[in-house]
Amino acid sequence: MAQINNETNLTSTAKSSFWQRMMAIREMGLLLIIILLMIVLSLASPHFFTASNITTTLIGLATDGIIAVGMTIALVSGGFDLSVGSVLALSGVTTGALYIGGMNIWLATVLGLVISVGCGMVNGYFIGKIGINPMITTLSMMNIARGAAYVLTEGSPLSLAQTPKAFTNLGGGTVLGIPVIVLIFIVIAVIGDYMMRHSAFIRQVFYVGSNSKAASLSGINVSKVKFLVFIIVAVLSGIAGILTLSRFNVATPSAGLGTEMRVMSAAIIGGASLSGGEGTVFGAVLGVILLALVNDGLVLLDVSVYWQDLISGIILLAAVTLDYINHTRRRTA
Amino acid sequence: MPVNEVLLDVRDIVKRFPGTVALSGVSLEIFKGEIHALVGENGAGKSTLMNIIGGVLQADEGEIFWNGQKVYFADTRHAQEAGIGFVHQELSLCPDVSVAENIFMGRMPVKAGGMIDYDELYKRSSEILKTLNSNISPKKQLRELNVGEQQIVEIAKALSLNCKLLILDEPTSSLTENEVEILFRLLRSLKSQGISVLYISHRLQEIFDLCDRVTVLRDGHYIMTRLVSEVTENDLILSMVGRNIDAMYPDKSEERGQLILKISNLSHADDFKNVEFELYKGEILGFAGLIGAGRSEMARAICGIDPKDSGEIYVYDQKLNISGYGDAIRNGIGYMTEDRKEQGLFLNLEVKKNISAAKLSNIANGIFIDDDREKRLAERFVTSLNIKVSSIEQPVESLSGGNQQKVMLGKWLAIEPRILIMDEPTRGIDVGAKAEIHALMRQLAEQGVGIILISSDMPEIIGMSDRVIVMHEGCISGELSGSNITEENIMTLASGVCQTK
Repeated sequence: MAQINNETNLTSTAKSSFWQRMMAIREMGLLLIIILLMIVLSLASPHFFTASNITTTLIGLATDGIIAVGMTIALVSGGFDLSVGSVLALSGVTTGALYIGGMNIWLATVLGLVISVGCGMVNGYFIGKIGINPMITTLSMMNIARGAAYVLTEGSPLSLAQTPKAFTNLGGGTVLGIPVIVLIFIVIAVIGDYMMRHSAFIRQVFYVGSNSKAASLSGINVSKVKFLVFIIVAVLSGIAGILTLSRFNVATPSAGLGTEMRVMSAAIIGGASLSGGEGTVFGAVLGVILLALVNDGLVLLDVSVYWQDLISGIILLAAVTLDYINHTRRRTA
Repeated sequence: MPVNEVLLDVRDIVKRFPGTVALSGVSLEIFKGEIHALVGENGAGKSTLMNIIGGVLQADEGEIFWNGQKVYFADTRHAQEAGIGFVHQELSLCPDVSVAENIFMGRMPVKAGGMIDYDELYKRSSEILKTLNSNISPKKQLRELNVGEQQIVEIAKALSLNCKLLILDEPTSSLTENEVEILFRLLRSLKSQGISVLYISHRLQEIFDLCDRVTVLRDGHYIMTRLVSEVTENDLILSMVGRNIDAMYPDKSEERGQLILKISNLSHADDFKNVEFELYKGEILGFAGLIGAGRSEMARAICGIDPKDSGEIYVYDQKLNISGYGDAIRNGIGYMTEDRKEQGLFLNLEVKKNISAAKLSNIANGIFIDDDREKRLAERFVTSLNIKVSSIEQPVESLSGGNQQKVMLGKWLAIEPRILIMDEPTRGIDVGAKAEIHALMRQLAEQGVGIILISSDMPEIIGMSDRVIVMHEGCISGELSGSNITEENIMTLASGVCQTK
């Protein structure tokens, strides 16, 4: 008996360290692919490894990266949020419209964020408290917020004139040569990653996503956790919206179209699972970088932009298939 | 019975599952036109045997003869085609479509072009329902029917396949008395049409009311087959449970301590009514009863997981107002669920994260988790519960059942419980781990934790409990202590044979 026990122990040890290695490889592998891609791109195009190209690419991915932090949390909770792009647009448009209407830009910014929180509360209420599924709820919110943005602007972009320098600096300025928007993204990503590993609240999110029944039977208030998760996602989307507004000085109702799919792909490529309980901010950020590099590369190599979606789609499918194979192997093992 | 023509002859079936032998050499003979009861305790092998006959599982050894022909049912379809209808305890119907569509699910009559021939469908459905003396409309949506009617639809479905043997698994578990009467009338009429019925039930009275012969299984062994008219209820109970209780259970407590928990007048809907009991320090209080007797529902209501209509809960003479499970946990009441994979554990997460789950404040400094404290907490329970892991970072799904169970126990011990309700704490784990968990339970009781043990494992209830409360259909049907805790007494109270206060 003792011997049998020992044996099973040994095999399970081997399995787990195998899996742990795979987990490590998951992010390491992604990092490797990114480095490889960078080498290939620098060889293929003299314009790739230039300060201006790298800066542009980083600025381009900053808002996706910020939202990806929130999306990862949503995925870890076992849900996802399709309304991120629309909330981005609505927060920018609200801020822009209020500013044009004569409000102080910072107050307008706060109200833009308040609107985002409102969207998140609605999502969270329907998903967490009523129990409507995230797909339906956030799909509705995606249309509601986008619709509201169009209504507010009557469909055409609002140009902001003479916005204070301090505000335009958020999206367009630099500190020590690094764009402020990129710095904000880095700060949010670092905080997000730390919270993901250490925050007691985010730990509850992991429990809920891993097994919501067991979570509620461990005394965790599952609906409250879900409610808060969608507020976090919405706030981050709102911040991205403000930054977009600041960067272009135009409040565009169609801003952030397609963000949700891009960001979800990135988070999933980075190891988050649609079934919940898994995912890291670090992985999601790597996913965002990978997708951005692919697009950058295609542009530099003069490949038609129409290839972008096609290739991003293939990468996502490949990443998810890999994940699925790992999961089934783990389950049947 | 004039001629005993054998319809089904199952010989020397052996079925092994990893770690256990579910059936060791079981035989069963069913005559044409008889209602044959199959009885045994939980885990006796009834479901395995049914599933083998119904083609859900395949035997490792042994033979099945159907109408004298040797057969092998590779899957349920095979068995259905031969004429075996299987009505599971959990009905497998689609609530959103009509009765007729349920009866002919997967075999819709079609017209040219692959379109469903609804006229034919309704015609054939009403013919079948007519043979069952049922006036259910075939066009009605299934969800509009009550459970009893749905069961009739299941039987109609089986009969539409031209079945010769109908297997019914606990068909009355969710029926009202009236519905049971209707079902019995239906089964007797099927019998008179020459259809055989294999009837599984925990309710012994039903067997005497309905069945012709009875076969008893125990621990995967065939015990006997008798004419129902030739046995008494006591014979059946004895042969179902007649085993010596292992001496591996720890010693029981000698004295009862202070009153810890007092429950009065606890009721909720039809789940449980007027439940009242007391729990004392240092004791293990067993709750016995059949599945569906309301034990888990009652426990969950005490903890605030499920609602209650009325009832007071006093812990150390203090009345508790529990509005949610969090309140119960803060008051030191833990409920260890019966279903560790579905409801108890976070399988993809690490051992340490599972142990800390029920009380994060144990390991948190403000809003952040202190990794060192989490590690120390996990290591403490891994050591004290002797959980075999290579590392506390290992995902729980890679552990054996017994070790998973211990991780779940660790999660509850980490809240420093005053009262721990353990629902089927050793289900599906091997003998060694079982004995370890039993020893731990007794240790906890000695340390002053009040333990409520809900178990369908008879030897466990008897071996562990200082007192046993038996529930029957939501009511407490009796309390046993000391030498009165016997299988016979428990079974008698649990099957509602005699209703004492």
